[in-house]
Amino acid sequence: MATILSIKDLRKSYDDGFEALKGVSLDIEQGEILALLGPNGAGKTTLISTICGITTPTSGTVTVGGYDIENDFRAARKMIGLVPQEIALEPFEKVSNTVRFSRGLFGHGRDDARIEEILTKLSLWDKRKNAIKELSGGMKRRVLIAKALAHEPRVLFLDEPTAGVDVELRKDMWEIVAELKQSGVTIILTTHYIEEAEAIADRIGVIDKGELLLVQDKNSLMAQMGKKQIEVMLTEAISAIPESLATHDLVLSPAGDALIYTYDTNAERTGITTLLNDVAQAGLVLRDVQTRQSSLEEIFVNLVSGEAA
Amino acid sequence: MNWSAIAAIYRFEMTRFFRTLAQSFISPVLSTSLYFVVFGTAIGSRIEQVEGVSYGAFIVPGLIMLSVVTLSISNASFGIYFPKFLGTIYELLSAPVNFIEIVIGYVGAAATKALFVGVVILVTATFFVEIRVEHPIAMVTFLVLTCLSFSLLGFIVGIWASNFEQMSLVPQLVVTPLVFLGGTFYSISMLPPVWQTITLFNPVVYLVSGFRWSFYGLADVPIVFSLLAILGFTGLCLGIIGWIFKTGWRIRS
Repeated sequence: MATILSIKDLRKSYDDGFEALKGVSLDIEQGEILALLGPNGAGKTTLISTICGITTPTSGTVTVGGYDIENDFRAARKMIGLVPQEIALEPFEKVSNTVRFSRGLFGHGRDDARIEEILTKLSLWDKRKNAIKELSGGMKRRVLIAKALAHEPRVLFLDEPTAGVDVELRKDMWEIVAELKQSGVTIILTTHYIEEAEAIADRIGVIDKGELLLVQDKNSLMAQMGKKQIEVMLTEAISAIPESLATHDLVLSPAGDALIYTYDTNAERTGITTLLNDVAQAGLVLRDVQTRQSSLEEIFVNLVSGEAA
Repeated sequence: MNWSAIAAIYRFEMTRFFRTLAQSFISPVLSTSLYFVVFGTAIGSRIEQVEGVSYGAFIVPGLIMLSVVTLSISNASFGIYFPKFLGTIYELLSAPVNFIEIVIGYVGAAATKALFVGVVILVTATFFVEIRVEHPIAMVTFLVLTCLSFSLLGFIVGIWASNFEQMSLVPQLVVTPLVFLGGTFYSISMLPPVWQTITLFNPVVYLVSGFRWSFYGLADVPIVFSLLAILGFTGLCLGIIGWIFKTGWRIRS
């Protein structure tokens, strides 16, 4: 797969000294869906705004399809579609006009068939003659997507696309994103919702305080999630793991009163039965047994709070 | 040049104008008629003629200038301020367009609207007074240049303004007094000598004078000065807009 978007050491500082981006580097492959997770104020929107030309970077380079966003801004921006976080639309304008405007603005000639196709796909065709102010919040968000798609972008940024929308519309959005991926569009979305990243992303990036903490294939993150831990709590603390339990790859808790065993829930045999038998045979008395599973959310929280996941 | 973008911006702005076409048409017709009733009839009955031209006809170029200047500013400032206010400017900033294309689109539309109103006033005036145009090419040139240059000023105001109050500040506190004191309703030769000199520092005097010359061949200042003034003002506004887009002042963070 070819790299379609390349970000190198991107920095953004404001006059008051605040550093919104602290040297972000990231390569995005053509046709993939990357979800950027991060708390409020992490720098997600600044990153997108800088790539799209709304914010001026302090340093660093970004290329889209090989075109530099500053030196070749026309070619670079033509490839990009942006769906902003805030609903920003001219209230008195008709749906079809505002979508047509976007197409023209990005240098494309009038193409009514294309506009009809986009509006139909987004269930907006019936509303095409309505003024924007007559639409519901969810519909307005669809109009924003239609505007971004009107100029046939190769890279689509969706900034919090499902913030404040109902479950049904969220599912619809996910379907639209999947269809766009099918047609070869690269999608970068920011989200607060971890389940959203899980549902549609190929890769997941975690950003906090202007730094990209992690970019990982979703499946390998899911594999981490698939790992479960069992904590065997003992009535009496021990100083070392008995020799007879060495084969189980256990970790002794710092206080010495619990044995921690990590296993794969997807595996055919988890080894729990043998472990518990061996623990009993080693003469250890169990006080309690509990299991815990690391979720993507937990990994995310640990990362942004500065701890290793 | 991204001509498609220029056309898209222009068309989008003109759509707003056509949505309120009745207002755009009725308002200047009504205000011009009122000016003729108040100034033409009430004052005109006492002044009768200014330098051989009936007072009613004399004020027509000034009336057109007054409306065209204020409308150019308000149209253009609103045109660019509204996307800022609504947040829709994100699309403009992320589009493959440069500042020249954005300016042509917005300023072109604002100037067209002002030009339309100018023509409406001119036509309305013909119902009240007899008007002659001695230099039609100069008349059209002055009218178009005034629409363009003050639309450029309006564009700057729209970018500068951070609320609706500021938007009306420049037209109300600066432009309207300058236009009223710029020989719109009188010839500056009617003023005491000291005021005649002071008035020459008012740039609008050169506009109104040049425009009136194109109608009746009457000018307070030489026509070349008028032309230089309007061209210089246009150049100044273009320079400021170029700087705004280069630095991203009040547009890009």
